[in-house]
Amino acid sequence: MSLRLLPVFVRALVRSLPTVAIIVVFNFFLLNMAPGDAADVLAAESGAATAETMAATRARLGLDLPLLDQFLNYVSGLLRLDLGFSAKFGVPVLEVILDRLPNTLLLMVTALVFALLVGILAGFLMALRAGSLLDRAISVVALFFYSIPSFWGALMLIVIFSVQLGWLPSSGYQTIGFEGSGLELALDMARYLVLPALSLSLFFIAIYARLTRASMLEVYGQDYVRTAVAKGLPPGRIALRHVLRNALVPVTTVAGIHFGILLGGAIVTETVFAWPGLGSLAFQAVFARDFAVLLGILLLSSVLVIAINIATDLLHAWLDPRVEVS
Amino acid sequence: MVLRMPSLSRRAFGAFGAAAGSALLLPRSLRAQEEPVRGGTLRFLVDPEPTGLVPLSDTTGANVMLSCKITEGLYGYNLDFSLRPQLALSHTLSPDGKELTFKLREGVKWHDGQPFTSADVAFSLMTLKTSHPRGRATYANLEEVQTSDAHTVVLKMKAPAPYLLNALAGQESPIVPKHIYDGSDIATNPHNHAPIGTGPFKFKEWQRGSHMIFERNEEYWDAGKPYLDRIIVRFIPDAAARSIAFETGEVDVGGDYPIPYSDLERLSQVPTLGIETRGYGYGPNISAIEFNLDNPYFAKPEVRQAVAHAVNKEILLQNVYYGFGEVATGPIHQAHTQFYTPDVHQYEFDPERANQLLDQAGLPRNGDGVRFAVSHDPLPIGNQHIQSGEYIRQALAQVGIQVTLRNQDMATYIKRVYADRDFDFVNNTMTNSPDPTLGVQRFYWSKNFKPGVPFSNGSHYSNPEVDRLLEAAQIEQDPAKRVQLFHDFQKIVAVDIPTLNTIAIQTFTIHSVNLKNHTLTADGIHANLAEAYLVS
Repeated sequence: MSLRLLPVFVRALVRSLPTVAIIVVFNFFLLNMAPGDAADVLAAESGAATAETMAATRARLGLDLPLLDQFLNYVSGLLRLDLGFSAKFGVPVLEVILDRLPNTLLLMVTALVFALLVGILAGFLMALRAGSLLDRAISVVALFFYSIPSFWGALMLIVIFSVQLGWLPSSGYQTIGFEGSGLELALDMARYLVLPALSLSLFFIAIYARLTRASMLEVYGQDYVRTAVAKGLPPGRIALRHVLRNALVPVTTVAGIHFGILLGGAIVTETVFAWPGLGSLAFQAVFARDFAVLLGILLLSSVLVIAINIATDLLHAWLDPRVEVS
Repeated sequence: MVLRMPSLSRRAFGAFGAAAGSALLLPRSLRAQEEPVRGGTLRFLVDPEPTGLVPLSDTTGANVMLSCKITEGLYGYNLDFSLRPQLALSHTLSPDGKELTFKLREGVKWHDGQPFTSADVAFSLMTLKTSHPRGRATYANLEEVQTSDAHTVVLKMKAPAPYLLNALAGQESPIVPKHIYDGSDIATNPHNHAPIGTGPFKFKEWQRGSHMIFERNEEYWDAGKPYLDRIIVRFIPDAAARSIAFETGEVDVGGDYPIPYSDLERLSQVPTLGIETRGYGYGPNISAIEFNLDNPYFAKPEVRQAVAHAVNKEILLQNVYYGFGEVATGPIHQAHTQFYTPDVHQYEFDPERANQLLDQAGLPRNGDGVRFAVSHDPLPIGNQHIQSGEYIRQALAQVGIQVTLRNQDMATYIKRVYADRDFDFVNNTMTNSPDPTLGVQRFYWSKNFKPGVPFSNGSHYSNPEVDRLLEAAQIEQDPAKRVQLFHDFQKIVAVDIPTLNTIAIQTFTIHSVNLKNHTLTADGIHANLAEAYLVS
């Protein structure tokens, strides 16, 4: 099978190179259209400045050069895998990003897996009992999850589980200064992960539930399902092996696309829960006009999204042998 | 009891004095409540996450808030602004005011074990002069720092600098180790993020986006202190989440109004929390409406006076600042008791008079009742400026001035107001710290009209008499005469109103009731917290 998938992989990789190049150019010039620069913000946050200190800051960050020179510096840095220097944090951008990348991946993967599991299960139940009270009840809940703004959902979770019940911490990603390791540490982090992951996944649970339901009902109408029924297969086996598996193709496609959206949603979630990830970093970087950091995050997320799209293609090829690989 | 008497306010002094006096009569368990407790971890909230930890070239708010726990200054300032020896024990000033000699504390060690000497002080002051955003002004007259012995420094100045003694707190003039900084680029030295100081706490770790940990300095020069074992600093970017963190007890203290005013009433009901308003005298904030005097309307004194008569400052105070502060009367904050005077002209709230003034200025209402239209830009920090802007728009509509609000982020605002000068009038907050020559002069001195430099003379105000008074106050050695110069300055500015000062803001600290001794100085929780302790 790996031989069959290899060309898919190589072709997708080659196709993505111009995409990354366009993203780099576009991001750089688009961001630089925003008024003001990092020196303005640093001076403003300091509450005072002199013309000399402003000039020194601009020279240090290379902001005094013409825009085209700044761009060439940036690209030549990129080719050496140097993402630049953060104006806000005063350390190399790569260091800032790598510090936070694992946290964001942990949050996103947990949220996505949870959303897929719960969403597919809910959709499966709805499709089996289409038109029943259960179908309608889940449908209402899904609609609620779909329509609440994420910051409000996040705050409500905090109010219920942290303030009222006192079960889970309201912010952070682990108990600071926690001494344990292994299982203890994992359990400690899990307590902090529950609320942000849940808050991030609500919207996607709703989508996957609706999508699974709709595509399962469609598959139920297919000839091969009638054949399966005719040859006397038990209904449970039909639902799982013949209907659900085929119905998952659109769900995984959408989930692949959602990875990028999830990263956007993480900005709100991470900010509310003070989760030290790329989302809250991007939020800070915009306001600080710390373009080096922002460009780094955008580049990294576009690479991530491309990688996930390639993975989705491969997954399709595996789920549905009819998917073209030539 | 190891409390220092001068550090307490009169009210607190009375309470503590009584407690100390009756301590012998109390059962041991009750007495323990008044004695500092060793140990414990303080969870300190700041927002936003600092950009560094040493305010040498970067004096952003959170940086200044935290640095003194690790890096100290020559002096601290008691709540009444009297000096409190820190790295300097005493000073003498030559009769001509040009030679300032400090006697330094002996036996102090940097956190890396090196001895602290006069060379460190000389290096730090000269570095502040070139690298610090305000240092270029503070140390403008400083020519040379001589080190006659390891624990004496002599500041040689080309002219007297009477304000200098007010700028020696660690947050304003940090003393840093020469052996770490010498020969390096100050702004990018890696120790800005992992400082080595002389303070009561040592830097341990900084997990970006999450927290910092400071550990107790076992070899602190003030033996027995600090009382706390460590400080954990938390960053929580969302305002509602910050309020919740106080409510659930996940953080113990935060300053510089860490939560929105609108949440204050709810939090003041929480029995485990206290609100402290002292400890902000070192850098008090004034909220102000700043006019662009290059705008043809606001160039006219009548129009500015009309705005002053049309805006009810009391409404702003009660509704935007929830009563935290006082109505401002002029350019100097009431908290700067030694320089402030209430004896200045006031344009009372009187919309009738505003209408008359606008008629006199030759700006009649058109068919829609509008005299003229201008834009207003609120400073994008917190939501109080936007709310103020909304009130100003309503208030000015009453007198026929049509105001369009423009909201933007910080970088856009700074560029618009100070670089492009593409604005009509703004409302913002001006920090007075820590002496009018350093904190107030910059907004009104015509020579500080410097396009491109944030928080310079943004209104483009120019009055030769004001310039003369400010320049005289820079070098006046007689404290009484200097105060008189500032009184005269306030009188003129209150009449001219290039900037209409609206609210003398009362900033606040929120703290767990278990945290004691957090506010002993004029800079409150910005200070080193060597004497703070937690009771259970």
